[in-house]
Amino acid sequence: MIVRILGEGQYLVPDDQRATLDTLDDNLDSAVHSGDETGFAAALAALTTEVRSAGQALADDDFAPSDLVVPFADASLEETKALLADHGDSNGGDDR
Amino acid sequence: MGVMKRFTGIVQAKTNKLLDKAEDPRESLDLSYQKQLESLQKVRRSVADVTTAKKRIELQASQLQSQADKLQGQAKAALTQGNEDLAREALARRAALAEQLTDLKTQHDQVSAQEQKLIDTAQKLQAQVDSFRTKKETMKATYTAAEAQTKIGEAVSGISESMSDAGMSMQRAQDKIDGMQARAGAMDELLASGALTDLTNPVDDIQAQLNKASTTSTVDAELAALKAEVGTGAPPAPELGASAAEPAAAHEDSPS
Repeated sequence: MIVRILGEGQYLVPDDQRATLDTLDDNLDSAVHSGDETGFAAALAALTTEVRSAGQALADDDFAPSDLVVPFADASLEETKALLADHGDSNGGDDR
Repeated sequence: MGVMKRFTGIVQAKTNKLLDKAEDPRESLDLSYQKQLESLQKVRRSVADVTTAKKRIELQASQLQSQADKLQGQAKAALTQGNEDLAREALARRAALAEQLTDLKTQHDQVSAQEQKLIDTAQKLQAQVDSFRTKKETMKATYTAAEAQTKIGEAVSGISESMSDAGMSMQRAQDKIDGMQARAGAMDELLASGALTDLTNPVDDIQAQLNKASTTSTVDAELAALKAEVGTGAPPAPELGASAAEPAAAHEDSPS
């Protein structure tokens, strides 16, 4: 599967890493919900590190749409919440 | 629902807005390329904006620095005159400016970091657009109609996603700079007149006191010199006459 880290680029990550990514994403999600700034930074770092180490960076001439998108690696909790809130209503609304 | 899934949705929604529903997939390659060039222009303009913001902060810092240097010099001058209180006052005002300078330096670092990120974004997008330009011609030439439908569609979606990413990166930098621009505007006003100059303008008070002290000592010195002249010397008129006569006499003595 192809994973994009916003502001950074795309990685080709083996499909069997999906469960690991999902677990890390769950941690990120709980940090967002609990408003835990430190936990958020740690969970985001863990997720982006996993994508980079398990995946292989795509070349610039590889124009493939991503299967998953990860927030900016240095995103703050506040701006991530703002982005989610801005788009929460327009992308299906099944996020509550 | 996970954060990744929601971000995927956000980026897909943005990307879909960039896609044209061209009848001929080959045509969509050219349309997409046009959009890529526009995106690239926007990112470049954004880099220029951030650079301008950085320069503005640099200018403000140099203005504050020269005022701080001036105060430092005045503190020294006051000490030379033996006015410790005045020196203390000048140094206190200098310390207040130093705090503002530290704040400006922090802002400068943040703006520089945003500038660098945008430059990276622009370079990455440029590289992708360049390879898309060559690849689209190959695609047009080699794909059968059926292949074109899927492969071209995928390539166009892929690069459109990169443009969405670049757009989001740009927006992010802009948001960060906007807050600083407001502060920079406030600082410009402070520098022009107002609260900051409450700190720096009274520098002129210090200068006035220094000038006054220095004028006083000059006057005192001149007065002392005059007193010496008047008190010890012979009546001025004959002395002037004598000095006028001397060169004449010297003239006569000199051999021709």
